[in-house]
Amino acid sequence: MSGNWEVVIGLEIHAQLATKSKIFSGAATAYGAEPNTQACLVDLGYPGVLPVLNAEAVRMAVTFGLAVGAAVAPRSVFARKNYFYPDLPKGYQISQYELPIVHDGALTITLDDGAQKSVRIIRAHLEEDAGKSLHENFAGMTGIDLNRAGTPLVEIVSAPDLRSAKEAVAYMKAIHELVRYLGICDGNMQEGSFRCDANVSLRRPGAEKLGTRTETKNLNSFRFLERAILFEIGRQADVLESGGQVVQETRLYDPDRDETRAMRSKEEANDYRYFPDPDLLPVELDAAYIEAVRATLPELPVAKRARWVRDFGLKAEDAEVLSQEPAVAALYERLAATTGRPGPAANFVRMEVLALLNRTPDAVINETVVADLVRLSADGAISRASAKTLFEEFGTDAGAPAMGAVVDQRGLKQISDTGALERIVDDVLAANPDQVAQYRAGKAKVMGFLVGQVMKASAGKANAAQVNELLAKKLA
Amino acid sequence: MSLTEKDVRHIAHLARIALPDAELPAVAAKLARIVGFVDQLQAADTTGVAPMAHPLDERQRLRADVVTEADQRALLQQNAAAVDQGLYLVPRVIE
Amino acid sequence: MASPTIAGLARQLEAREVSSHELTQRALDRIAASQPVLNAFITVTPEQALAAADAADARRARGETGPLLGIPLAHKDIFCTAGVPTTCASKMLAGFVSPYDATVVERLNAAGVVTVGKANMDEFAMGSSNETSFFGPVKNPWGLARSPGGSSGGSAAAVAAGLVPAATGTDTGGSIRQPAALTGITGLKPTYGRVSRYGMIAFASSLDQAGVLTRTAEDAALLLGAMAGFDPRDSTCADRPVPDYAAGLGAPLRGRRIGVPKEFFDDGLEPGSAAAVRAALAEYERLGATLHEVSLPNLGLSVPTYYIVAPAEASSNLSRFDGVRFGYRHPGAGSLEELYKLSRAGGFGAEVQRRILTGTYVLSAGYYDAYYLKAQQCRRLIADDFRRAFGSVDVIAGPTAPAPAFRLGEKVDDPVQMYLNDIYTIAVNLAGLPGLSIPCGFSGGLPVGLQLIGPHFEEGRLLNFAHQYQQATGWHLREPAA
Repeated sequence: MSGNWEVVIGLEIHAQLATKSKIFSGAATAYGAEPNTQACLVDLGYPGVLPVLNAEAVRMAVTFGLAVGAAVAPRSVFARKNYFYPDLPKGYQISQYELPIVHDGALTITLDDGAQKSVRIIRAHLEEDAGKSLHENFAGMTGIDLNRAGTPLVEIVSAPDLRSAKEAVAYMKAIHELVRYLGICDGNMQEGSFRCDANVSLRRPGAEKLGTRTETKNLNSFRFLERAILFEIGRQADVLESGGQVVQETRLYDPDRDETRAMRSKEEANDYRYFPDPDLLPVELDAAYIEAVRATLPELPVAKRARWVRDFGLKAEDAEVLSQEPAVAALYERLAATTGRPGPAANFVRMEVLALLNRTPDAVINETVVADLVRLSADGAISRASAKTLFEEFGTDAGAPAMGAVVDQRGLKQISDTGALERIVDDVLAANPDQVAQYRAGKAKVMGFLVGQVMKASAGKANAAQVNELLAKKLA
Repeated sequence: MSLTEKDVRHIAHLARIALPDAELPAVAAKLARIVGFVDQLQAADTTGVAPMAHPLDERQRLRADVVTEADQRALLQQNAAAVDQGLYLVPRVIE
Repeated sequence: MASPTIAGLARQLEAREVSSHELTQRALDRIAASQPVLNAFITVTPEQALAAADAADARRARGETGPLLGIPLAHKDIFCTAGVPTTCASKMLAGFVSPYDATVVERLNAAGVVTVGKANMDEFAMGSSNETSFFGPVKNPWGLARSPGGSSGGSAAAVAAGLVPAATGTDTGGSIRQPAALTGITGLKPTYGRVSRYGMIAFASSLDQAGVLTRTAEDAALLLGAMAGFDPRDSTCADRPVPDYAAGLGAPLRGRRIGVPKEFFDDGLEPGSAAAVRAALAEYERLGATLHEVSLPNLGLSVPTYYIVAPAEASSNLSRFDGVRFGYRHPGAGSLEELYKLSRAGGFGAEVQRRILTGTYVLSAGYYDAYYLKAQQCRRLIADDFRRAFGSVDVIAGPTAPAPAFRLGEKVDDPVQMYLNDIYTIAVNLAGLPGLSIPCGFSGGLPVGLQLIGPHFEEGRLLNFAHQYQQATGWHLREPAA
């Protein structure tokens, strides 16, 4: 079916900016408050009130623009997008139209086969979010909560450069990672902090002209994005192959039915009557401002991973895993520096710290403990098993003692003395004749059991590498 | 540019103002008079003239990102005609 | 006895010859007596007013002073006043109580002004005759069959009739200056951005400006000084210091240059008004100023330009009146679309609906460039004309209105005839300049206004010119028969 068609996708991603207050008012942006308790006079569009622009929203939009190599407009203008909807209190949304704050950037994404692709970002503009309509039954009415109204958004508009649902997902994930790295969006998709509209069209391979597109709105998970695009590809192909024409329209994805449908409320052709908002003046940013923001840009994930592979000798996969969460990446970075052992530190963070954070996401890690343990185990002073045990005991203990002292006190120094180890190995072999016989009969797996017995007998202090070596020699 | 009754009906819909058929001709006639009057601008030569959106050539001032507004829901909803459990009510919306 | 001025009352209050309570009670009594005749007020607030007067008297007793402490004043009902109805003269906001004070109200309250009520006006300030008010037209104290002008008609009538010494107003295309001219008082529209628009219900945001209607330029200076200045809640409010306007009133005019635009004295100007204005210009020559012909070649574009820009902005500004969070809600709406359409058709009067429709049209797809963008370009041409003229003169002077007060009902059938009444005032708003109207004589027994226009933020200069004229003449002392 879609084999005969080239798929063309562009995304409009809406990222809520992580400001404390709203884009044009001093009301809080925190999620989850009681309805309309964070909707002030300005957010409600009360008669006589006026908007004043939040400096932090501007800084965040500029940060994004610089991170995608875009141009930051020296002069951008807010415009009113006029339409009536109950979640839009003023009857217009303050957005940017002709002169957005950011334009002409690009982001490189990595596809499944490892290939890289640059996706053009046409523009990113500042605007205010709308409120929410609650369609549960309030005596047959719809309830309106305007807490979200006025939350700052940056809308990131890609060129129609994406050619499959998978590419679209990879792009959305890359933007998601980026905005979290930049600290400009919490990326919480369930709460709607990060969502997108997908423009999808089909054309014959080689055709120059784009086909008629549909816009599927408000996709708030990577899976929904993928499913909605796949559904649209199939639906549009069916329409075209049966001789029909795709209608340009706005659609909604219904996850329960795994399908998209045309939105009733957007049936009529829109005429938004954009014009410059007379309540707001042009935003003018000089080179000094832009350079000051540029100076605060963190190292971006792609560059960070490349550096770790190059300078720390990490495997690409380890670099990928350690860089996904900005906070984890920063922790690893500090450990690599303080221990001077980037390889073992990577291993320890990946195996132990991430496991702990998966179980307890809010855990506060004692970095000194981790650094001590990385050093002690990398130097062979303690075994991996001891390091793990000590991390579990002290890893989140803010008042933990120095690990070196604990190791001494508890006599956890790794046994690397060949004579001492040999005695333990001999005892274990003598105590387990059946397993020894099995091993000699070709059951290699038994080796693991025997190593475990040695470790147990040594109270976890045996140097595992040496134990392996000794056992192999004695059983040969 | 002439303004037809069909145009006026469309504009009234965009502006969400009910316009009964009986009133349409009179409303359209007055609007046509206004549009005819402002049409005289078409004769002005504005080649190369930059549009002027604001009377003063100033730039936007920025506000510090500080929460200054406390919850005033009870007070602010006193002017609303229909409220339930803190929500503003409107006739059922179908997306 | 001539109605007192703010400056005169302030001296009496200072000398303890009268209390604010007495002044306020006197104003309330006069308003009550006048209301069936003039209809200058939409809301009168006797209890709050007397409480505020007592508070002002107490402040004075504690040793506080100030030219506005205890002075009764009316606010145009476009300014939001906490706890008091604010209607904008519309059925849409009948019963609406603002939860907050406009910045202008807040500042005047802080200065000790006593608000006696909310003055009638054209609905949402859209009108030049005060006939679009949902609460009925205001009558001109100089002739009850005549309009006081608009949209600040209630403010003008209240001051002209001596009900209050001063009132606030707003001016989008002449709404302070034209009614001041038609009722024989002083009206000042400051530079765009001089006074905060926060809490002033928006008509056309790039044109609206708050100002004052008073008996004298001196009073206007006192009030403006208290109202003006930076407001962090209005992005378009200028962050620049407020001069002591009263201190500059006495500067002599010798050698000052007055520009007289030839386009102001065209065939459209009623001969009696032209004569009064020319006599005023001659008076300025006697005061030592010199007259110079200047040209504003694009002045003719100003009314059509305005009637694109202002309705466009208004159509968007008034979208918030949808029956959901505040304002009139039609009881019979079964669907969301009906809620919007019936509430807005039911809540807005005919002229407001007309302007919303005009504005929607000029912004709509296919017409934006031909109308809205074109008007923005013409706006620059008009502003540039003034800039050029102010290269060689200190102020520009001419008539405020093309004719004295017209009869109520005379222009209601033809919106364009009504719009043309603002032909001399509108360009000033488009350019964002300060403008002032002072009484300068009579035509057919009705007052005529002289308009003075200055460069941006030179309202001090206008007040100086007006004050010098009022020191030399007595037109501003003339009052209608009670």
